Amino acid sequence: MNKILEVDQTRFELLLRLGDNALILGHRLSEWSADAPALEEDIALTNVALDLIGHARLWLAAAGQAEGQGRSEDDLAYLRDVRDWRNLHLVELPNGDFARTMVRQFFFDSYHLLLLEGLACGRDTEIAGIAGKVVKEVRYHLRHSSNWVIRLGDGTEESHARMQQALDDCAPCVPELFEADQIYLDLESLSIVPEIHLLKSEWEHQVSGVLAEATLQMPEILSAHTGGRQGLHSEYLGYILAEMQFLQRAYPGASW
Amino acid sequence: MPMTTQAQVLELLDSVADPEIPTLSINDLGIIRDVEVHGTGQDIHVVITITPTYSGCPATSVIEADIRDVIGRAGIQNVSVKNRLQPAWTTDWITDRGRQRLLEAGISPPACCASHPLPDDTDVVCPYCQSHNTQVLSRFGSAPCKALWRCSDCLEPFDYFKPH
Ligand SMILES: [Zn+2]
Repeated sequence: MNKILEVDQTRFELLLRLGDNALILGHRLSEWSADAPALEEDIALTNVALDLIGHARLWLAAAGQAEGQGRSEDDLAYLRDVRDWRNLHLVELPNGDFARTMVRQFFFDSYHLLLLEGLACGRDTEIAGIAGKVVKEVRYHLRHSSNWVIRLGDGTEESHARMQQALDDCAPCVPELFEADQIYLDLESLSIVPEIHLLKSEWEHQVSGVLAEATLQMPEILSAHTGGRQGLHSEYLGYILAEMQFLQRAYPGASW
Repeated sequence: MPMTTQAQVLELLDSVADPEIPTLSINDLGIIRDVEVHGTGQDIHVVITITPTYSGCPATSVIEADIRDVIGRAGIQNVSVKNRLQPAWTTDWITDRGRQRLLEAGISPPACCASHPLPDDTDVVCPYCQSHNTQVLSRFGSAPCKALWRCSDCLEPFDYFKPH
């Protein structure tokens, strides 16, 4: 009995991590709505945002069930305080210019795709089912962000310089992607998640291929922002939550 | 009270339109997995299982409401709509009639089988002049399922239903 409860708690943590990454990045991307450099890009970024928020609903609804305390996807999205969020630092980074948004997206999409492909062949049928569905959309996201990284990196002097700066901005968030805490290792031993060292080497291989084509250099990583999965976040997340949660906090239970 | 059969429910569902592309019924879209009819007369209970299309598609909840509405108007109030995620929906499930209806609505149907992870869009047909000499303008369009293309012969822009 205790063993089952532990597995449920571990699954709950994994589902929160997946849902929180999708929701926070989706929210970030939605900030580009009506503000992107071109109409096509406005549509593209809001479509990606919509996909991610859709993923968050699936993951958080499943998280609520795994937890077994009766919390809905909305409760988890709107009524948790900052220390209870499990997303990566990368997804809470502010949009910056279009270059930074695209590098952040490219780093995340590359990681997200590999993770979901692993989850989709993992042993947990519910998690594999959701992953098998959303992975198709994420493949499309990665194609989009890789194309932009190549076009802008191998573009003008200005676009190249901005992309190189964007890599410097996002690089400190990379080590966290491949940090395996006890929860991850437990899930690994249950064959629910892909092995972290494979995830890391495949990510590095794929990212360096695209960066080479983009004539960009992956900067040396001198400091790392970590701890998101344990609820340790940058100040940025508080501002995101303040905006996203305001309505439900001010008018509990409001609906339309 | 007459008996209701699975075939009758399917026929009712054929009048439920896709909210994003109303020319398609949800049958055409290939999202209906299963229809169960339990009991008869007043005790009848219909269970419909559907596979949602895109995760963030706002049409999904509208489709559920429309299903209840159509079945309800046929006199059956006890309707359950279940979601089945696995296997994931694919554009390969769009019926031949659905593909024809897309063309008639000026939307180019998916050019290839989606089972390949990332199909090449090499054979996208212009819904206006049937030319295959077409090019992509934007990989994202007005709905999650669409991309924006243009015909290089008649120069008309058109929506392309992405293989998924
Ligand atoms: Zn044409």
